[in-house]
Amino acid sequence: MLKNTTQTYGSVSKCLHWVIALFIIGMFALGLWMVDLSYYDSWYVKAPHYHKSIGMLLGAAMAFRLIWRWANPKPKHIVSHKPWEVTLASTVHGVLYLLVFGIIATGYLIPTADGRGIDVFNWFTVPAIGTLMENQEDIAGDVHYWLAMFLIGLVILHALAAIKHHVLDKDATLKRML
Amino acid sequence: MRVASLMSKTLIPLVAGLALSASSFAAEYKIDTKGAHAFITFKIPHLGYSWLLGRFNSFEGKFTYDPENLEASTVEVVVDTASIDSNHAERDKHLRGDDYLDTDKFGQAKFVSTEVTDQGNGNFLLTGDLTLHGVTKSITIKASKVGEGPDPWLGYRAGFSGTTVLKLKDFGIPEKLGPASSRVTMELYVEGIRQ
Repeated sequence: MLKNTTQTYGSVSKCLHWVIALFIIGMFALGLWMVDLSYYDSWYVKAPHYHKSIGMLLGAAMAFRLIWRWANPKPKHIVSHKPWEVTLASTVHGVLYLLVFGIIATGYLIPTADGRGIDVFNWFTVPAIGTLMENQEDIAGDVHYWLAMFLIGLVILHALAAIKHHVLDKDATLKRML
Repeated sequence: MRVASLMSKTLIPLVAGLALSASSFAAEYKIDTKGAHAFITFKIPHLGYSWLLGRFNSFEGKFTYDPENLEASTVEVVVDTASIDSNHAERDKHLRGDDYLDTDKFGQAKFVSTEVTDQGNGNFLLTGDLTLHGVTKSITIKASKVGEGPDPWLGYRAGFSGTTVLKLKDFGIPEKLGPASSRVTMELYVEGIRQ
């Protein structure tokens, strides 16, 4: 079952969810690690190259995920969920999407601030759209960092909520994403 | 009577005025950053194999200069350190960060001259206090006059160039680029417009 039903998520949605989740957590760690590499570290050039390449591919994956989401039935909320849980979960889901797109966009704006494109694994180049503001690389860099921090905070909340539903409420919330 | 009065009224003050201005003719110049006829450039070895060049785009300054008494000259320049430009946004972001210039904390670098030593033939040593990265240290710039004279737009200009070598460590800038890159060479080109 590739597509979602009104009862549960299809395998495409599940796959997108978990693969993107894995990459986002990996990118968070990679991002924090790479900025502290010493100039003579053999990863000094490679790590940011991978970070930028994966970031651009994540952008494409997220765009596809959004299209897939709109093109599929939305699984109904589980009846045992309280209204505040439904509201909170939906809000968090929406903000997670916004944050991921925001992080990708601000990440893109850092190295492209001087008109250089981003080489995705030396496979193709995402062109720069040019300088949008003064000190773009600094502003985009700060926003990129804080959005990522906020995202990881929300991811933890999202994961804790899933575990709570599975362990305490013993409902199908987590299971239908597996 | 009339001639005498004319002389005392006009000629004497005129002569006196000339004598006065000749003895204290240290004209004020404003560095022409508005027209971008001044450059603060740097170069630092890259791995010891080549050079990396860059510049500070935003600064302002003034100097006083008297060709008859070079040693009485004074210079004052303030540089916006965040305006560092090495033609690579990602690198500039890194250079502005706390690994290097820490421009959030130390947004200004300042040079105030303390002594000028005339070496003849338009060459001179310009000594002064440089405040960079929060550290103030006396440095000496090897400088020379490029030229001076009236410009085509009814002004008067004088231009100088100078070089100095700064040790990053002296200014508390972490040496992250390795031993080959512990010193940065500053190359300065200033053109002043007489005020």
